[in-house]
Amino acid sequence: MLSKKNLQLNENGDLRHLLAIEGLPKRIIERILDTAESFVGVNEREVKVVPLLRGKSIFNIFFENSTRTRTTFEIAAKRLSADVVNLDVARSSTNKGETILDTIANLTAMHADMFVVRHAESGAPYLIAQHAAPHVHVVNAGDGRHEHPTQGLLDVFTIRKYKKDFTRLTVAIVGDVLHSRVARSQIHALTTLGVPEVRVIGPRTLLPADIERLGVRVFTSLEEGLKGVDVVTMLRLQNERMTGALLPSASEYFSRYGLTPQKLALAKPDAIVLHPGPMNRGVEIDSAVADGKQAVILPQVTYGIAVRMAVMAILSGSTR
Amino acid sequence: MKIAIRKGRVIDPASNFDAQADVFIAASKIVAVGEQPADWHSNRDINAEGCIVAPGLVDLAVHVKRGTLATELAAAAAGGVTSMVCSPDTDPVLDEPGLVDMLRLRAQSFHGTHLYPLGALTKSLAGVQLAEISKLAQAGCVGFSQADRAVLDTQVLLRAMQYAATFDYSVWLQPEDLHLANNGVAHEGEVASRLGLAGIPSSAEIIALATHIELARVTAVHLHVCRVSTAEGVALIRAAKSSGLKITADVAINHLHLIDLDIGNYDSNYRLSPPLRSSRDRDGLRAGVIDGTIDAIVSDHTPRQDDAKQVPFGEAAPGATGLETLLSLTLRFAESARIPIHDALARVTHHAAQAAKLDAGRLAVDSVADVCVFDPGAYRLINKAGFKSAGKNSPFLGYELPGVVRATVTAGHLAFEAAA
Repeated sequence: MLSKKNLQLNENGDLRHLLAIEGLPKRIIERILDTAESFVGVNEREVKVVPLLRGKSIFNIFFENSTRTRTTFEIAAKRLSADVVNLDVARSSTNKGETILDTIANLTAMHADMFVVRHAESGAPYLIAQHAAPHVHVVNAGDGRHEHPTQGLLDVFTIRKYKKDFTRLTVAIVGDVLHSRVARSQIHALTTLGVPEVRVIGPRTLLPADIERLGVRVFTSLEEGLKGVDVVTMLRLQNERMTGALLPSASEYFSRYGLTPQKLALAKPDAIVLHPGPMNRGVEIDSAVADGKQAVILPQVTYGIAVRMAVMAILSGSTR
Repeated sequence: MKIAIRKGRVIDPASNFDAQADVFIAASKIVAVGEQPADWHSNRDINAEGCIVAPGLVDLAVHVKRGTLATELAAAAAGGVTSMVCSPDTDPVLDEPGLVDMLRLRAQSFHGTHLYPLGALTKSLAGVQLAEISKLAQAGCVGFSQADRAVLDTQVLLRAMQYAATFDYSVWLQPEDLHLANNGVAHEGEVASRLGLAGIPSSAEIIALATHIELARVTAVHLHVCRVSTAEGVALIRAAKSSGLKITADVAINHLHLIDLDIGNYDSNYRLSPPLRSSRDRDGLRAGVIDGTIDAIVSDHTPRQDDAKQVPFGEAAPGATGLETLLSLTLRFAESARIPIHDALARVTHHAAQAAKLDAGRLAVDSVADVCVFDPGAYRLINKAGFKSAGKNSPFLGYELPGVVRATVTAGHLAFEAAA
């Protein structure tokens, strides 16, 4: 068997690309979180800009549309004073037959410093990282059902804000784990940071094969799985999953796996509720929970900017 | 052309011959092994000192596309392959006798590796209407197949097998339930779950194979199971064989060496059909080869353009180039499974030919002079530049593998000779 190179780290063990949380050393995750902490202050100032990435060109290449995620990366880059170019490749060149690698070669020729990539196929950012020029950094902004590392990082950043010590936590991730890149990134981030119990909760049709091998406990009952947890992450259920054979209906899903105040009461009294957004109210989460005191869904969005700033700054070698 | 191959270790798995001997070839036949015939004058003498002289390899799974026949025949000769069975999923599909004639004539014009086409079992491989398999057989098809396109309607499959059995034709099927395989690109399990790749469960193979075996029982047709990939599949074949069914089977050499974990960082050269499965499956496949449940090891040679592979894993066309690595990987298999080299060679020569009912894969007096001369102790680095095939897509790029082909003789004609 050939040894597979760790694409994410350079020869000094520093972050070169951010492609996945899996395989990232704890020290790098902690460094990103600590750096993000310093950017939270920047975001609360009246002038929310620092000059760390002045003169750098960051290309947001979205082979799959996502205005929200793209916007958060754009804001993060602009607050670091970088030049940002947004490309909705989903609507342009690849539909005219240009391959991913041609697109990347063209953008590299425009002297890009960083690619932020969203793609519907798992692993696409790896292909790009393998063919990127040596000075170019790649950030995975979500690939298929694989990972969404900055989301995983902002999730653990949010958890750290409220819960301090990861080694005493029980965290539950609820819903469509099968199709969720958010779930995979969060699982790896939590287990790397030493969370002793990560649970996934969902019907068998939405749990990936052998998921327990990722170091999680599997529950199929929401009530059982929520007992005594400190953190609940509700995953978004895409509309297209509700037709076909994965689930009978949205309302049956809600009756079994929707997070209501009654079910949340099974968790610890100070449990917090996360959601990567956008929410389907009444499908995976009751409005009373989404708007309730335990929800930290909007702080997640706020911290997401700081975390993405931290990732870009560290990749560019502009910190320390 | 008279050729003498001297001082090599001659291995003929069919006759259990294994000794140092000279081999004499004249008028496309082997005329003597050992003693030099009287009045012998060679046109060519090949020094095979330190080499193994074996029957040319018989590869039961080769995909050729239009326009690449010349390169792929050259690749076969360079790989020591002297007989190859071609899948009907050419463009156009081999479902008309005229197309088969054309393909065979073109192949013959190269005086290289013998090409044995499989005909389409159903028209356009659509799984609806039977192809004219009797006419196709007369045109030279050695069996009938659906390539990687399953027949969805079991009634059609039953009829096709009944009809084929009428004329004692072989039906070659790759077992994969299309609905269970769905849009999967990797073996369903831990690795696919980690990588976020859509899975193809083992049950997709097991269920289809159980169906095929039961229909073979009902119709008494000769069923050749193509590309078994699961340990459970091997067990089903073993049981079917011991119950007396006319079943033979092959496995792709890739699956004897590689598992899903090797996909690594989404390397699309590891996107294969069937998918690479677990280490338990690989062990099951190896055991199946060793105990004879699996008759043949095949290259499943599927050359792809770089464009088809330099895309995300899930979008990559499945398959790997294989003609030029089959021999080396078979030697490596023998080494790692600790089986005698002639047992491993039997799976790519005599036993493979028997499974396909071909008159090939032997190295004995009066047999067709298809011979492969190779140095088992020499190693070579697998790289793209070294391939004669149009496809450079190998999961073994960067590997150092044993076995270097020195010369390949096809029907008494020197089809390949390594540069000195």
